[in-house]
Amino acid sequence: MIIQGLAFYMFAAITVAAGVMVISARNPVHSVLFLILAFFNSAGLFVLMGAEFLAMILVVVYVGAVAVLFMFVVMMLDISLAEMRAGFLQYLPLGAMIGFVLVMELGIIGGSWVIADNVDKNFVAPIVAMKTTNTEALGNMLYTHYVYYFQAAGMILLVAMIGAIVLTHRKRPDARKQNIGDQVSRHPSDTLEIKKVSSGSGV
Amino acid sequence: MENLLVEYLPILIFIGLAVGLAVIIPIASLIIVPQKPDAEKLSAYECGFDAFEDARIKFDVRFYLVAILFIIFDLEVAFLFPWAVSLGTIGVFGFWSMVVFLGILTVGFIYEWRKGALEWE
Repeated sequence: MIIQGLAFYMFAAITVAAGVMVISARNPVHSVLFLILAFFNSAGLFVLMGAEFLAMILVVVYVGAVAVLFMFVVMMLDISLAEMRAGFLQYLPLGAMIGFVLVMELGIIGGSWVIADNVDKNFVAPIVAMKTTNTEALGNMLYTHYVYYFQAAGMILLVAMIGAIVLTHRKRPDARKQNIGDQVSRHPSDTLEIKKVSSGSGV
Repeated sequence: MENLLVEYLPILIFIGLAVGLAVIIPIASLIIVPQKPDAEKLSAYECGFDAFEDARIKFDVRFYLVAILFIIFDLEVAFLFPWAVSLGTIGVFGFWSMVVFLGILTVGFIYEWRKGALEWE
């Protein structure tokens, strides 16, 4: 139990510190690396809460893919550091406002938890009562009970895929490609011509 | 709940070992090794040279396209894990629900294949 507490404070402290470094690091590449550190420590926090599947997905999807995408964006934007630092304080009121709204929402959730003491009976499918693992509990609900949301997720992924291709893909007619079918079906008589050259007259 | 965290204890120990080694090795090399720096020792050597320009240049957007397509199929696979675990209890409906989901994404896959988004040229 004490190890659990110590691990919680370690993960939480590193997550908050990494979050502060994400917005205060001078080099945007360092910001992305600190973001990856924050993702890893959030995964640790999820494990401590018993949400194993969420923790593993956080590592696989966010660290493995989303962070790489952020890295691409940072590399592609060609940011000048001085310009970026100039507008730093300008966004502070907006950021503070969003942070305030998030804190209030957390307060509302925590408050309802304290006021309504039977809140855990109102869950659609409380995992603790099912005595199954995290992943199994998710699988039991997601594909049958929430089938429309699941299919909607598929549709959103399809839209994202098509959108990415429409926005970034362009045909390059000048690029020469190998077409194996054309090569194989080519017949010697299409290109070769055999000429008889009489000796001594030249070509 | 407690059992679950006990299973993760070796990983916590490994994290502790990794952090400990990552701290000890640079500090030990800082303390034990005699440090006599001069301008030639600290300058770039062998194949290294001073940077000509900033490393942050604009490069082709197609790298971004490949990364975003990877994320989408990564998420598709993430949906497969709970489905595979609880396939026994969710029955035929759950099975076909996943098949329809995979079908929707296969439409996108065929689209990108036909569009040539997977070809590099």
